[in-house]
Amino acid sequence: MTVDSTAGAGKAPRAAKKAAPRTRAKAKAPRTATTAAAPELVQLLTPEGERVEHPDYSIDLSPQELRGLYRDMVLTRRFDGEAAALQRQGELGLWASLLGQEAAQIGSGRALRDDDYVFPTYREHGVAWCRGVDPLNLLGMFRGVNHGGWDPNQNNFHLYTIVIGSQTLHATGYAMGAQMDGTDSAVIAYFGDGASSQGDVNEAFTFAAVYNAPVIFFCQNNQWAISEPTEKQTRVPLYQRAAGFGFPGVRVDGNDVLAVMAVTRAALERARTGQGPMLIEAFTYRMGAHTTSDDPTRYRHDDEREAWALKDPISRLRTYLADNGLADEEFLADIDAESDRMAKRVREGVRNMPDPETLAIFDNVYADGHALVDEERAAFAEYQASFADAAAGEGH
Amino acid sequence: MTRMPIVKALNTSLRKALETDPKVLIMGEDVGKLGGVFRVTDGLQKDFGEDRVIDTPLAESGIVGTAIGLALRGYRPVVEIQFDGFVYPAYDQIVTQLAKMHARALGKVKLPVVIRIPYAGGIGAVEHHSESPEAYFAHTAGLKVVTPANASDAYWMLQQAIATDDPVIFFEPKARYYDKGEVSTEAIPDPLHKARVVAEGTDLTLAAYGPMVRVALEVAAAAAEDGRGIEVVDLRSLSPVDFDTLQASVEKTGRLVVTHEAPVFLGMGSEIAARISERCFYHLEAPVLRVGGFHAPYPPSRLEDEYLPDLDRVLDAVDRALAF
Ligand SMILES: Cc1ncc(C[n+]2csc(CCOP(=O)(O)OP(=O)(O)O)c2C)c(N)n1
Ligand SMILES: [Mg+2]
Repeated sequence: MTVDSTAGAGKAPRAAKKAAPRTRAKAKAPRTATTAAAPELVQLLTPEGERVEHPDYSIDLSPQELRGLYRDMVLTRRFDGEAAALQRQGELGLWASLLGQEAAQIGSGRALRDDDYVFPTYREHGVAWCRGVDPLNLLGMFRGVNHGGWDPNQNNFHLYTIVIGSQTLHATGYAMGAQMDGTDSAVIAYFGDGASSQGDVNEAFTFAAVYNAPVIFFCQNNQWAISEPTEKQTRVPLYQRAAGFGFPGVRVDGNDVLAVMAVTRAALERARTGQGPMLIEAFTYRMGAHTTSDDPTRYRHDDEREAWALKDPISRLRTYLADNGLADEEFLADIDAESDRMAKRVREGVRNMPDPETLAIFDNVYADGHALVDEERAAFAEYQASFADAAAGEGH
Repeated sequence: MTRMPIVKALNTSLRKALETDPKVLIMGEDVGKLGGVFRVTDGLQKDFGEDRVIDTPLAESGIVGTAIGLALRGYRPVVEIQFDGFVYPAYDQIVTQLAKMHARALGKVKLPVVIRIPYAGGIGAVEHHSESPEAYFAHTAGLKVVTPANASDAYWMLQQAIATDDPVIFFEPKARYYDKGEVSTEAIPDPLHKARVVAEGTDLTLAAYGPMVRVALEVAAAAAEDGRGIEVVDLRSLSPVDFDTLQASVEKTGRLVVTHEAPVFLGMGSEIAARISERCFYHLEAPVLRVGGFHAPYPPSRLEDEYLPDLDRVLDAVDRALAF
């Protein structure tokens, strides 16, 4: 396998050269840096649903596996839509939709082994699905009943991280530990195009390279960090960043579940066999708003979204399955029915999710306890009880 | 005089600063086309261009670090940190560099950087969007720390902060962004670091700032119904603190309660309690009481109403102080 970190170097750096103009004239970041040029985009399934080959990456999946990926993507999208609806109905405070990024998440998530470990952002609902995290558990923090709500070690799926980029360092440290323990487990850190600017992410790259840590840096370049397009973060394609740190980087069509899976598998294999980290840039698009609090009409045009809609990850796989006789009406109907059941369960589960007890504020602040927390908890309990006493008193 | 919400007063103030001083720059994440997630910078990039209202890469340390460089070069950057919980990547630059550079250069360089931070809770947000980190900054010599509680102060204190030759951490009470008030752009404002008595009373002094000023005024109104006169002091400045105004009030009332959303342990209230105990020992009829957040992470939003000091909790402390 040739995963060359400098792949495409002959064609790509035009933009980089332009970045240092000789005159003091205002240098405009060229849009080509991250979009039109799209050098070396690994693709195995075209937007039209046609299977194509790539010299470095291949994949051979059984019909059942292919159908499985389709099912994962459809169910994930349905879950995402349901959560967005629940937010509109006031059941959730916020929702960060993954719409459009299903292939990037399912393709990478399904490439993992159970003993691998995932460090997500706040948008990895599809990866969580692959790990077997109950979708309902993802909704606790968006409803405001907890700050995470699942045991990270149960599915080797760490808590969502909101502070941009932090988790890439945690992933690297975890991978260093896995390596010291002599296992061949790997770790995958998800992050966004915006996150690539953070110091933490660049430090994670440094540590991973220096310690040859078995960590995959999986960047979903969805073209936007809230209102800022990728050009505000970088003048070279993001995958090329890896070369400077000393490990390979590759850009994959993030809307092609097969290519994402193939590339992630290859990266995992490298990590397992002691060849160190790798950066995967999944080139995709955030089809929705940043979160339900965001209004993208203020900063981007619909035509961009429409162009990406033609590259939809789910419809291209459906076309492929249909064209190859791998999915009949019954299969599709079954998935629809399963989606409906899941959505109903999520709806009802969220509506019935209890608010936490007030005194839970003081729970788990320390593993070994703390006198001040105990004192404040007792005082607050007494304060609260005084209202109950007063109410009871009034009753007499 | 125009009636406007705090968010509009801040926007108007930034616009005025950009108009009057070509060295003023605005920097931050999403401050351009979007106008910031709270729209404080709405329309400014359109009118002043991408060179003066700068959408930065997503890197807070980078934002503050480059703001320092721009300040060294003669600019007056006004930096926006998107939410309180995201200032920490910049904390190193703020504490080890921004705060100390004037002293290290023997006064030869000035660092007129304003760091605007929407802070505090009560908006039903997810983690890291509701914190009150003011004590970390007030604890650091070299930084000035202020926080307006109404639209007029939002306008004027931001003008004054931008005109200051020292770094100013400018905390904006985000849950109060839509509170409306009269703003006169002609008025002569109070000095930036002066506290203000916002309700007069003779029985107890209640010191508050930022989002808690509104609660403190409700407390005073509720107490007035019971015939108790609460004097509310809006501190406005957290570094330096105007202890003279507080002292004068406490010498009159003999009692002091301090409230803030930030945790009580080593919060602003601790310093105020200590100083006022020193200055007003013979005037105090009761120990200085503090009402604030707990020694626990800011809770998930469904618990924030319980966590945040509210009318009842502050009144409870007022009662205890008066009962001494
Ligand atoms: C340290 C930090 N700064 C700012 C924010 C606010 N914020 C939340 S998401 C976001 C944009 C992230 O963009 P990207 O990394 O591309 O991920 P995406 O949301 O597109 O998945 C910002 C600025 C944050 N959460 N953490
Ligand atoms: Mg993004």
